Amino acid sequence: MFSRSAAIIPQCSQQVRGMATLKMISIRLKSVKNIQKITQSMKMVSAAKYTKAERELKLARPYGIGAQEFYKKAEVKDEEGEKGQLIIAVSSDRGLCGAVHSSIGRIVKNDIAANPNTKVVIVGDKVRNILQRLYAKNIAMVVTEVGRKPAVFGDAALIAQSIINSGIEFSKGKILFNAFRTVVSFRTTEMPLYSQNAVANASKLPVYDSLDSDVIQSYTEFSLASLLFYSMKENATSEQSSRMTAMDNASKNAGEMIDKLTMTFNRTRQAVITRELIEIISGAAALETKN
Amino acid sequence: MALTRSALRLFSGRFTQACQVRGYADAPSMSLTFAAPSQVLYNNISVKQVDVPSFSGSFGILPAHVPTLAVLKPGVVTVFENDGSTKKFFVSSGTVTINEDSTVQLLAEEAVPVDTLDISAARELLAQSQSQLASASSDVAKAEAEISIEVSEALVKACE
Repeated sequence: MFSRSAAIIPQCSQQVRGMATLKMISIRLKSVKNIQKITQSMKMVSAAKYTKAERELKLARPYGIGAQEFYKKAEVKDEEGEKGQLIIAVSSDRGLCGAVHSSIGRIVKNDIAANPNTKVVIVGDKVRNILQRLYAKNIAMVVTEVGRKPAVFGDAALIAQSIINSGIEFSKGKILFNAFRTVVSFRTTEMPLYSQNAVANASKLPVYDSLDSDVIQSYTEFSLASLLFYSMKENATSEQSSRMTAMDNASKNAGEMIDKLTMTFNRTRQAVITRELIEIISGAAALETKN
Repeated sequence: MALTRSALRLFSGRFTQACQVRGYADAPSMSLTFAAPSQVLYNNISVKQVDVPSFSGSFGILPAHVPTLAVLKPGVVTVFENDGSTKKFFVSSGTVTINEDSTVQLLAEEAVPVDTLDISAARELLAQSQSQLASASSDVAKAEAEISIEVSEALVKACE
């Protein structure tokens, strides 16, 4: 009994040292395996949402490109004036999607630093969190509950209506969003936004027949909603594809961690067994030599 | 044909130059993009004529139409394609842009082929909106009910 209790204490001190205890490794292994399951299922969900978003985007592209045609063909330029800049930053409420939100946040920060007389309309919570700390004064409006369900034209119309009702005046404007290129890449682009005055003073406007301010007003309002809708669709597709890639990478990393941890676990297990054997054998050998 | 050619001479030199490049084709054509947020009906397709209902009156767009912008009224858009066929679509609202180079962008909020419309459902909608107008209290509700009536009347007219 004396020899046994003496044998227990060294074993305890060896197990407490470092993270090498079997229990701790197996707890960590279980949690990483759970994480891998979660990220894999998130990847599946994003893949399904991405397929749907891409299909809707394909149908919305001619609409969105058509909506921009007038401004190109009429050669509308930004208004000369000091009414400031309006940026509509399109993002969403949900994270874990790679660089989608941070790239938009970065560009808005640079723009505000370059031109402090800027108002930002934020669509989605994530960019709001990025801008809240330093540029809370420049935030004009925040739209939440974005990204859970695919955007419909009614949503864009609602946002456009709020922007118009709030009476924000601007000389320059742009919509910042992530244009979808391929499954693995997107590009943060800006779409120019022109105020009613800018359209009225366009160089090629006299070519257009029978226009009065009513028509121009209705046209710019509808076109704001259309452009917003198009940018929301593009952004949603980029976000889902980016989330798919991010979750895929996370699963791969978790898989690597699991491999390493399993190695460590097996080695530790074998070390524990070897140590027990050594103690038993050396104990038995000590008894034999004593005899 | 002669009419369009004389109309052409009134336009700027650049436009006639573009037409001269296309001189070998039979007539200047116009490229129509007719889309709704969730569907594409025509994407840069060359057509002969498009009739659109707008707040400033219904008008037909032929190639070399004067550039203009218009806001669409609920009604029927008729597209006359190059092969002679005609297609009708009901649009709820939207805008139409005719550019200098004869490209037309018809952006409708909702567009459906007329033969998918159900006349009994349209009449029901009309009755509903009329009762809505009668029971409307605020200005906004009245305006919404009036819009609803306008759309349903146009729907019923399109079905007939």
